[in-house]
Amino acid sequence: MTLRMKVTAAAFVLGAMIAPQCAYADGEVEVLHWWTSGGEAKAVGELKKMFEDEGGKWIDSPVAGGGGDAAMTALRARVVSGNPPTAVQLKGPNIQEWGEQGVLGSIDDVAKAEKWDEVLPPTLASIMRYKDEYVAAPVNVHRVNWVWANPEVLAKIGADMPKTWDEFNATADKLKEAGVTPLAHGGQPWQDATIFETVVLGMGGADFYRKALVELDQDALKSDTMIKVFDEMRILRGYVDDSFSGRDWNLATAMVMKGEAAFQIMGDWAKGEFLAAGKKPGEDFVCVPTPGEPGYILNTDSFAMFKVEGEDRVKGQKTLARLIMSPDFQVIFNLAKGSIPARTGVPRDQFDSCAQKSMDDLSASTKNDTLVPSMAHEMAVPRSVRGEFMDVVTEHFNSDMSSQDAVDRLSAAIERVASR
Amino acid sequence: MTLAKAHSSLFQWFERWLPRLAVAPSFAASLFFVYGFIAWTFYISFTNSGVLPNYDFAGLVQYERLWDTPRWYVALKNLFIFSILFIGGCTVIGLFLAILLDQRIRIEGAIRTIYLYPMALSFIVTGTAWKWILNPGLGIEHTVQSWGFESFTFDWLVDRDMAIYTIVIAGIWQSSGYVMALFLAGLRSVDDDVIKAAAVDGAGPWRTYTSIVVPMIRPIFLSAFVVLAHLSIKSFDLVIALTGGGPGYATDMPATFMYAFAFQRSELGVATASAIIMLATVMAIVVPYLYSELREGRR
Repeated sequence: MTLRMKVTAAAFVLGAMIAPQCAYADGEVEVLHWWTSGGEAKAVGELKKMFEDEGGKWIDSPVAGGGGDAAMTALRARVVSGNPPTAVQLKGPNIQEWGEQGVLGSIDDVAKAEKWDEVLPPTLASIMRYKDEYVAAPVNVHRVNWVWANPEVLAKIGADMPKTWDEFNATADKLKEAGVTPLAHGGQPWQDATIFETVVLGMGGADFYRKALVELDQDALKSDTMIKVFDEMRILRGYVDDSFSGRDWNLATAMVMKGEAAFQIMGDWAKGEFLAAGKKPGEDFVCVPTPGEPGYILNTDSFAMFKVEGEDRVKGQKTLARLIMSPDFQVIFNLAKGSIPARTGVPRDQFDSCAQKSMDDLSASTKNDTLVPSMAHEMAVPRSVRGEFMDVVTEHFNSDMSSQDAVDRLSAAIERVASR
Repeated sequence: MTLAKAHSSLFQWFERWLPRLAVAPSFAASLFFVYGFIAWTFYISFTNSGVLPNYDFAGLVQYERLWDTPRWYVALKNLFIFSILFIGGCTVIGLFLAILLDQRIRIEGAIRTIYLYPMALSFIVTGTAWKWILNPGLGIEHTVQSWGFESFTFDWLVDRDMAIYTIVIAGIWQSSGYVMALFLAGLRSVDDDVIKAAAVDGAGPWRTYTSIVVPMIRPIFLSAFVVLAHLSIKSFDLVIALTGGGPGYATDMPATFMYAFAFQRSELGVATASAIIMLATVMAIVVPYLYSELREGRR
């Protein structure tokens, strides 16, 4: 090569090396999350695309598995070493827990500019704040208290969708006689806890739910209503098949799809399974709120912003927060993930019938104050408290413990952990 | 000193110190990473740590909390049941297989390899495979029932009281081969003359083995015990793969308890307290055994 060509080549190489270091128009973010499978990865990919379309730089830090355990361990290490990621997938009281460590960054200015207070349900908005400042942006709203049913199986015994727990028990007895498993269930502690909290809501109503599962009031935990809840859990135990132990939730959904079971009590991520198998809502499967008192058990995924150095990164956080709450993103993301938008003011026409029912119920429950955060999905209480609930519920479900014993154990356990 | 002598004393010094220098980095690393962090865990178990470590001293509050938790008692009970059955079972079966293989049979090499193969699997593979084998709807119960024995049941895996024994079964299957290999080496090292002398004295095979050969390979029992004991204390992956903690938490072990509390429940204090109790349990058993065996060996 001639000298001129060599110099040109060197200049190109140097330029290529320097180019990535230039400041991005809308900042840079490093995002720690655990959405690594299928629909979830696609959904978070949409956010990445939107962010990069605005000129920002997205550094992906996915940490697979365990419902976030590995990601939380990685986060702990990063925070202790003084180098936290810019945005982290955190939910519920974990946000406040990290806030107490003094490591979260505020995005209150974005929230005020975009008027988040007006478009978010108050219960949800308070979870996104630490000390009255917004530190996290919600991406979706999942509803936990759904019953998914196979209408063919129900038609065979001529039953309707149950509206109270007594009706549910009666229908389940008829199903058992007809040789169908009434309730498809996976015997994992979080699934037991999911059923438990829907029974708490159904038997006691939203106020009792809040007292017992959010405020951890000892009187509520030791009350007769709680004993009735455990009685119902014991009855439900009789409606699951023999191989339920350790079964994954999506395999239980498959049982309903195939007609081996009639009902599954699960959040609306089960809808994703039905849709992925090509089933149509209303025809091949139906969704109804769980029996008993009306209410909406909320489960929201969100991204919390950590305190970071560097103008680029702070700018990136603000852009990310704004994008997450934009109606466009909320539609695209939630269509991919199977949940509904966290904010109001989003066009509904692309969402299926179950999602639209969910949206209607969300506004209704916000108005009637029957919107409650999920305990089983880490929205209502910190993980330490949730762990104690799960231990008692799963032990009761898998043994012949009496309801009174369960209530005593529960109140002792909550006292133990709350006094820490 | 002449140059040659100076050279040789430098060489001697080097020769003496080189092994120590070579081992020094790993020694220092293990000193820091193992013992240093054991000390850190010990300290944290006396604090109020939750999601992040907190270094304010808080007394025995975590230990009180630990001993108030019903799940911990289940974990300890499971540890003792599992350890005793696992170590005892592996030792007995391993010794039995080794004695059988010691009879100078023809395809000893192949059979020995077959018995040793399970050791090559990771506990996760063993746990998953046995989970399918022991599943009532898919595995043994289903197969035997499909052969016509309608009333056969083998649902230990989903039975709260019997689930721990399924873990024992899977563990023994995995590790007996290794213990067998240890004992076989020991049996082979027994002098033929001793066996011949015993035969001359009129001792039958049972007597020869129980009174003469087995006592001669006593040091092997110590090796087998140490290996099996550490495998059983560590048994986290086998439990998670096979039962995920059990129906409910019926097959919880201290290792899974500690993992759940540290990483899933943001309770570092309780988790470190449970870890220190595990360490104390292990030390209480292994240290006296080690001491007595090594002391006798020196005599």
